Amino acid sequence: MIPAAFAYHRPETVDETVALLSELGDEATVLAGGQSLLPMMKLRLAAPEAVIDIGRVPDLRFVREGKGHLVIGALTRHHDLERDPLVGKRCPLLGEVAKKVGDPQIRHRGTFGGTLAHGDPAADLPAVAVALDATIVVVGPQGRREIPASALYRSYFETSIAADELIVEVRIPFTEGAGGYEKFTRQAQDWATVGVLAARCGGTIRVALVSMGHTTLRAGAVELALAGGASIDEAAALAAVGTAPVEDLRAGVEYREHLCRVLTRRALEAASA
Amino acid sequence: MRIQITVNGETRSHDVEPRTLLVHHLRDSMGLNGTNVGCDTSSCGACTVLLDGLSVKSCTVLAVQADGCEVVTIEGLESAEGFHPLQEAFRASHALQCGFCTPGMVMASVSLLADEPHPDEARIRRGIEGNLCRCTGYHNIVRAVRAASGPR
Repeated sequence: MIPAAFAYHRPETVDETVALLSELGDEATVLAGGQSLLPMMKLRLAAPEAVIDIGRVPDLRFVREGKGHLVIGALTRHHDLERDPLVGKRCPLLGEVAKKVGDPQIRHRGTFGGTLAHGDPAADLPAVAVALDATIVVVGPQGRREIPASALYRSYFETSIAADELIVEVRIPFTEGAGGYEKFTRQAQDWATVGVLAARCGGTIRVALVSMGHTTLRAGAVELALAGGASIDEAAALAAVGTAPVEDLRAGVEYREHLCRVLTRRALEAASA
Repeated sequence: MRIQITVNGETRSHDVEPRTLLVHHLRDSMGLNGTNVGCDTSSCGACTVLLDGLSVKSCTVLAVQADGCEVVTIEGLESAEGFHPLQEAFRASHALQCGFCTPGMVMASVSLLADEPHPDEARIRRGIEGNLCRCTGYHNIVRAVRAASGPR
């Protein structure tokens, strides 16, 4: 399988990328690591007229410390997150989740900005951004803009990033407490049938759900119950409240809801350890 | 588009269509058909090569993305002294049946051992998670990687 023909652009700066995005509009798609985009193009589920390859744009692959948060460049690869000492110290859960993405080959190419921008509700790393209230920094023709992770996703593969905007970095509050990511798959390297991330942030527990709706979700009912003094079992029983899982080849709705409750309990136990 | 890639130590330039996948470029333009195309959907890992030292699935990389980079394929492992230690270990441990997954398995294992020279069995299994063996010959593959990694 070979992608449909496209015009290939390889800008060398963020400004040049944004200018290209403004000029080409919806016809263009940004290529970062390509681990989601290229398979879709090969299956002709995506056939962009133009591909803007940002792989050579410098200064987008880094992890540094800000005031109370990590700043992660959009082109930072999952493999980088797995082994970065700052991530290990300031947000170890991010490194742990990165280790569970796809397989080694995919982690060697896939990027943090890429998976966030792709908007697949079955992706692992967006759960970290959503649970920890990350801030996504994008650059467009009007300059920089910050998008809270809670406002990033609209529906399947649909984000609030405009067609002429590019993610440049992501800020994630330091989260040094315990946490857990429970990912249920049919086989190695599969997408999550369901995934649940729980993280202890200061005095509160945050929970995000993967493959439980059209977007990555927060388990609001679970968080509220825990804040009100509910036990882990009581809170986990509410995990599927407000979700909208679909039936697909991996699982039906009821099975997903069941998995969600079980995995939430396990993730909460890990976050309480 | 004109691209220049160093494959197995040899730098060569080619004109490629931007949609050309790295695996097809290696096989069809460079004549290196040791790298197999298996599932073609980024699942099986048969097309695994090293790109700037790290394993990638070459069916999920555009040739233009590898412009200016170094690629090592299964053909590049053997040296004047003979087989690469992993190739030798695969041979000695009978870590192949039909052999189709073998080039990808070996390249994934090269990347794993470069990253982690002495993995335990669980780590080896996780390290080759991106590669499928249709003959289900995993036990001997894991033994081969252990043998090649040597004592701690």
